[in-house]
Amino acid sequence: MSDTHETHASAHGGGPFIAAIDQGTTSSRCIVFDKDGRIVAVDQKEHEQILPKPGWVEHDAAEIWTNVQQVVKGAMEKAGITKDDVLALGITNQRETTVLWEKATGRPVHNAIVWQDTRTDGLCRELGRNVGQDRFRRETGLPLASYFAGPKIRWLLDNVEGLRERAEKGEILFGTMDSWVIWNLTGGPDGGRHVTDVTNASRTLLMNLHTMDWDEKICASIGVPMAVLPEIRSSAEVYGEATGDLAGLPVASALGDQQAALFGQTCFDQGEAKSTYGTGTFLLMNTGHQPVNSYNGLLTTVGYRIGDQEPVFALEGSIAVTGSLVQWMRDQMGLINSAAEIETLASSVEDNGGAYFVPAFSGLFAPYWRSDARGVIAGLTRYVTKAHLARAVLEATAWQTREIVDAMQKDSGVELSALKVDGGMTANNLLMQTISDVLDAPVVRPMVAETTCLGAAYAAGLAVGFWSDTDELRANWKRAAEWTPRMDADTREREYRNWLKAVERTKGWIEEES
Amino acid sequence: MARTIQSLERAAAVLRLLAGGERRLGLSEIASALDLAKGTAHGLIRTLQQEGFVEQDPATGRYQLGAELLRLGNSYLDVHELRARALVWTDDLARSSGESVYLGVLHQQGVLIVHHVFRPDDSRQVLEVGAMQPLHSTALGKVLAAYDPVALSEALEGERQAFTERTVTGEAEFEAALEVVRSRGWAADVEETWDGLASVAAPIFDRRRMPVGAVGVTGAVERVCEGDELRPLLVAAVRDTARAVSRDLGARRF
Repeated sequence: MSDTHETHASAHGGGPFIAAIDQGTTSSRCIVFDKDGRIVAVDQKEHEQILPKPGWVEHDAAEIWTNVQQVVKGAMEKAGITKDDVLALGITNQRETTVLWEKATGRPVHNAIVWQDTRTDGLCRELGRNVGQDRFRRETGLPLASYFAGPKIRWLLDNVEGLRERAEKGEILFGTMDSWVIWNLTGGPDGGRHVTDVTNASRTLLMNLHTMDWDEKICASIGVPMAVLPEIRSSAEVYGEATGDLAGLPVASALGDQQAALFGQTCFDQGEAKSTYGTGTFLLMNTGHQPVNSYNGLLTTVGYRIGDQEPVFALEGSIAVTGSLVQWMRDQMGLINSAAEIETLASSVEDNGGAYFVPAFSGLFAPYWRSDARGVIAGLTRYVTKAHLARAVLEATAWQTREIVDAMQKDSGVELSALKVDGGMTANNLLMQTISDVLDAPVVRPMVAETTCLGAAYAAGLAVGFWSDTDELRANWKRAAEWTPRMDADTREREYRNWLKAVERTKGWIEEES
Repeated sequence: MARTIQSLERAAAVLRLLAGGERRLGLSEIASALDLAKGTAHGLIRTLQQEGFVEQDPATGRYQLGAELLRLGNSYLDVHELRARALVWTDDLARSSGESVYLGVLHQQGVLIVHHVFRPDDSRQVLEVGAMQPLHSTALGKVLAAYDPVALSEALEGERQAFTERTVTGEAEFEAALEVVRSRGWAADVEETWDGLASVAAPIFDRRRMPVGAVGVTGAVERVCEGDELRPLLVAAVRDTARAVSRDLGARRF
């Protein structure tokens, strides 16, 4: 997506509009949408990735807040509108990234610790005690892992001098990026609202999915004083009005990025699922009003909650290496010149020639969770060419999708009717066809690629009555393409068996870590 | 045997000289190595520089081979790259026009559909990526034949089948139709390929103004046309999309 993609507001039949902020891992963006859910203007600004040592990733929260203000202003300028044409502001954000700041000044006490940061690995093992990483799974739906915010708060309290005392006195506030942006938008030190939404709260390891509130016992176990925590609100309601340049504009939604994509894809019914294909892939399935426990290595998370309606839950599975495998073929292997060429190369042959590629570059994730696994290319013979490998690369993404969908169906007992897809890799026609073939289900791509921002805009628009209900949003969802299965059942079964055999070969490569 | 052109021979000699070693060469070194007057050598180098075949180091004033030479050998635009770049724009065209959008490139004797966006209604539609369309009767095909000489010769040499009463099959009429396409910058197909369907298409160019494909919309003739004319707003939307994709192709390097 480029920021040259802008159209003057007049081409979209005038306002009013909804603006959505996407505070992402590498950049902050703002997109202005019209009532049909079409993009009117986009502005975007990247921020610095601070890498103090291997495995550590930080962001400067102050820089992010400056960028957010700039892109909101920029998007409205490009649209040729003012804040008076905008009915509400929605927010979606990189999940789990953690910042602590001074309540009195708004100054962050440390760089934000980004979700990818692994500094709390050891702490998480320690917190698991004799139970292991599932110690808090029943309450929170999550394994004890370094991604989540709770252990990051604990690390900051332990490592920034004097912070724990100040936190206990109520001088320090915690937030994921939604809270940070909302607090600043609504006045900062002068009456800023310290809130978060249920989806972001469900990624902290501190919220109980059954009460939808902070779990005192877990907070005590992890070592997080309740005084730093924001109030948990729904994903779609007016949290407060903006001050400053945007004075009076209602701040009306917050959703973690993957949940926002689920919302933007209008997966409002149980069994509906979306998959976002980027560097990695995130698959979320709506499981209705009950949290579903996973026995197959998936996460249980909140999908969204609209105002005082019942919350909607989701199962989540992620694939670490998808688009990045194509990049690896380009940059490390030099077999292609651009990511798009993988399809050209793969299309030059009919099948994988017997080769299977399991990209367990840093272990196997859902549903296996084997950190001792490493990548394997299996089934090599003299017959295999680089084109067969290109095909195996695309099939790897398809089979990993199948494994997660299988796990979701097992956990939830709900059959997937169709998979809604978005993200950069949806431009790859052969990949989309292959996913449909191996899932034996239709794969559909919507007309708006920016489903994450759209989800935040939809939630904000619902909160202020711009859209009346989810049915109206559904009517906005337009199918741009649909791939239907063409593979016969025998081939599918045989190929799946071969894939699973290749997965077996990756396990146990790394010997006992010392 | 026709006479050869001396200045081209000399330009080739300059390129060979610059390709010969790793060193960058100054003007006088080039002139003396090729036994040319300095003024002559300078004229040759300046022309090559304008075409991008030679570059001058701003610090030392010395010359080296230009990036354009590398691109000459590697100029083929991958169709999947074209689709990736066109994705956002074609989605937007489908939404604003309410019709199906197709992206086509020349392949053998026809138009290969490399991207297809559904008409934004809830009707059942089948993805037509990979299908072939005729060059002489479709809007996409006529755009390619009008701008790409290879497509033109394929269309002229191939059989021009009459699909409907309105299909243009005669060579002179076909060439006249292409002249109209070139003069207004877009092509139409009003029931020349399929009864009841009409299309509008416009050319996509890469950064060197080479025609690399065509983008267009297809829909029921009652919606796409107003009386005997194509709806001007639809034509404008298709041309805007073609320009936007072309700009995206030109803005970046391959």
